[in-house]
Amino acid sequence: MLAAIGVSSIEELFARQIPEAVRLRRALDLPAGMPEQDVYAHLRELARRNVSCEEELSFLGAGMYDHYVPAFIDMLMERSEFLTPYTPYQPEISQGGLQVMFEYQTAICELTALPVSNASVYEGPSAAAAAAYLAKLHNGRSRLVVSAGMHPHTIETLRTHAHGYGMEVVEVALSGGVTDLVAWRGAIDGDTSAALFAQPNFYGAVEDAQALSDAAKDSAGEDAPVVVCQVDPITLGILRPPGQCGVDVAVGEGQALGNRLDFGGPSFGLFAAREEYLRRMPGRIAGETVDVDGRRGFVLTLQTREQHIRREKATSNICTAQALNALGGVAYLAWLGRRGIVELGELLLARTHYARDTLTAIDGIDALHTQPAVRELAVRLHADVAAVKARCARAAVNPGVDVQALTGREEDRGGLLVAITEQRTRADIDRLAQTLGAAVAAEREAVAV
Amino acid sequence: MSSPQASGGGATAETPLQRKRARTIFEQGAPGRRAFVCPEMDVPEVDPAQLLPEHLRRIDPPRLPEVSEPEIVRHYVSISKRNFDLDSGFYPLGSCTMKHNPRLHERAAALEGHARLHPLQESERAQGALELMWNLQNALAEISGLPHVSLQPSAGSHGELAGVLLTRAYHESRGERRMKVLTPDTAHGTNPATVTMAGLRVVKLATDAQGGIDIEDLRAKADGEVACLMLTNPNTLGIFDPNIEQIAAIVHDAGATLYYDGANLNAVMGLSRPGDMGFDIVHFNLHKSFTQPHGGGGPGSGPIAVSERIAPFLPVPVVTRREDGAFELDHDRPHSIGRLRGFHGNYGCFVRAYAYIRSLGAEGLRDASENAVLNANYLLARLRQADLGEGRRVEDLLPLAYGELCMHEFVLSGGPMKRELKLKTLDLAKRLLDFGFHPPTVYFPLLVDEALMVEPTETETRETLDAFAQAVAEILREAALEGPEIARNAPYTTPVRRLDEVAAAKHPVIRQAL
Repeated sequence: MLAAIGVSSIEELFARQIPEAVRLRRALDLPAGMPEQDVYAHLRELARRNVSCEEELSFLGAGMYDHYVPAFIDMLMERSEFLTPYTPYQPEISQGGLQVMFEYQTAICELTALPVSNASVYEGPSAAAAAAYLAKLHNGRSRLVVSAGMHPHTIETLRTHAHGYGMEVVEVALSGGVTDLVAWRGAIDGDTSAALFAQPNFYGAVEDAQALSDAAKDSAGEDAPVVVCQVDPITLGILRPPGQCGVDVAVGEGQALGNRLDFGGPSFGLFAAREEYLRRMPGRIAGETVDVDGRRGFVLTLQTREQHIRREKATSNICTAQALNALGGVAYLAWLGRRGIVELGELLLARTHYARDTLTAIDGIDALHTQPAVRELAVRLHADVAAVKARCARAAVNPGVDVQALTGREEDRGGLLVAITEQRTRADIDRLAQTLGAAVAAEREAVAV
Repeated sequence: MSSPQASGGGATAETPLQRKRARTIFEQGAPGRRAFVCPEMDVPEVDPAQLLPEHLRRIDPPRLPEVSEPEIVRHYVSISKRNFDLDSGFYPLGSCTMKHNPRLHERAAALEGHARLHPLQESERAQGALELMWNLQNALAEISGLPHVSLQPSAGSHGELAGVLLTRAYHESRGERRMKVLTPDTAHGTNPATVTMAGLRVVKLATDAQGGIDIEDLRAKADGEVACLMLTNPNTLGIFDPNIEQIAAIVHDAGATLYYDGANLNAVMGLSRPGDMGFDIVHFNLHKSFTQPHGGGGPGSGPIAVSERIAPFLPVPVVTRREDGAFELDHDRPHSIGRLRGFHGNYGCFVRAYAYIRSLGAEGLRDASENAVLNANYLLARLRQADLGEGRRVEDLLPLAYGELCMHEFVLSGGPMKRELKLKTLDLAKRLLDFGFHPPTVYFPLLVDEALMVEPTETETRETLDAFAQAVAEILREAALEGPEIARNAPYTTPVRRLDEVAAAKHPVIRQAL
């Protein structure tokens, strides 16, 4: 091979191209390579030092959830044909991936009742930031009004990105567990680019989405902001969808749909909107067309929005979707089906309320709010949450997420966010109640002593 | 000479009889059919209206498919076969680093302790994951020569955004408001798009005759308003900028930072480090250099490494190690630009990248880059020398755009081919599909006429490279002898043929009518 190139050594290839001053003339300070079985053993050892949802009764949620992933989805996502291609730049040999995107877009449009969807973005919180950028491109204004009911990670992500976009973030407090409608109305004005809220919100409460959209549009009149709703897609079998509540753009974390927890990623972010925003959407979009023989086919379309064509004038710098994760999402939705998504929603709703009733009947545990909750509820412990969680851990129960640790809000002291998936049965909830009740009692006793 | 239909064997060969009209999952099944069996309603039934008032309820269920599990499986397996993939054939897509994806990584990432680990699990019960992230941070720091790492960005473009926001934060901390970012005209499109999103302004730099940055142009533009120079090195022409030290000095003298787009890191692992070249910020593409499978367009992962002066501004959280040896997530960084996304980044990608780094080790990583560069130069030589008959060679029609040698990729110009054979780069690319190859990147970088950007990677054999060079030569011979029509109408052997992209964009149909 060297002879064909006309050099005498591999070193010559580098010596002739890289200035000596920037050559690394030592070995990298990294461990030596290992055979496959040893690497596997090492990674298995690291995995063993994590406590997964397999090993404890977990009620952790707050943005990612331990829903069951059907076995066939693992099989599909590991197929070479889906796992190993690049972005479908050559549509003639990428019809599988492009069709999956098209089906995914259809499913997301159905779920959200909005007419256009892209082929997915990175994940939930940055999808909200992408929606804020769309709003800026749409109306050129610089104010983002954000409900304090959005996930703290979303609000932080919005702040980081907004600084880049030259936008400011105004937070609207909650009242009774949901966005304070009066404060919301008061915060939105003619300079407001977008108004964002979450449904259900971070505390598990179902917001009156229609009232929030109407208030946003009424308070700014002609200059109405883009109304953005961060949805939890698995609840959309029973919750009124954003497209039927006056919402302009729906974003959300897609992990609950057929994706693993993976300690937080990769998953996918969904992004759907009203028709008028189509040409300002970020990310890839697949469209239907025909080939020269008239056969149905799919291509990446509306690419004049994108960075590889428009460069500094692009609607976003995003150049990939989360194609493989979105495949998991659409396959999961097909598996649930038209009836299943409703049945699952009803089950989660009933179990979530059962859990709330059971937990709040315990001495030392109150409801943090009493709004309707679909699959996550917030309670207040009259004891230190971290200490209670440590006690529960000894019984292999993880009772949920310490709310204040995430929000940093004083009013959230004692808050515990409890997620209920279809993998948590009534018996599991009863065990949670028993363990949590005992832990709260023991902790209060310990502090009293 | 081959007849169009018989050649190659096709990317994903379907016979005309098999070429049915594509049907989506929404066009299958029957009312009432299902896959999902809902767990038992084991809690007391309550009036649903009491739990969720009517005005918050959905009235019509979403029209999702009504299909059985066997139908779903058959559907997606069938359409998967209409994809070309890296496990099936050569994929020399420039700037994308389509190297082999070891299956060990999938097995390791699927272990319950990784795959079913909740991101809000307490640090003390996620020590394995945090140790893995810590080790990966350290490895990336060593590979890049920059000591501080954030794993958070979700993709290369997200890492770029982090990098430009970091640059802004750095200058703002010094009371400076620098609004310009220099990007060469060879830059990936994400660079200028990112600059705009970060609220700064793009200033383009020219490329000199050797394919590097035009130093005089840089000198003229590197003023006190410049925040940053974003550079890929080797650049998208596959050229390692010979003036990199001088470039770094000019940029630093102007008080600006130097940003390294790590898309082409596969050329230099263990051989040269961005930190030693003078860069302040680097993003990695774990889905390129470090084998995270591309997934048909995501997921990716775009960690960043930075110098001391940028470190205070890194996104939160960062994995740190306590004195007692335990690992934790540090959110308490007062100068941080903040959070870029939810949780801690794409951990599943970290597992794969880490497995790769541990498999190869220091020597293996250097070998990978050496072989990537060797393979690229070998393929370049084979292509240039390939005989077209009548004393002509491929390089007469597809000359190397810049330089003599290349790093891990190279860019050919299809200008002469277009002029002499009336064959456009696009047609060559489409004809390659009939030979069972994924074409190279086409029409990028923009400054090369009819560009063809080829990156073979280290994991391809000499036989594959030879076969690819022969295929290109055969297509050129075919066009020379029989005219460009065959290639212009290619491909012939793929599940669909050329698609009407103009119609798709003009009247967008982006979902199934239900």
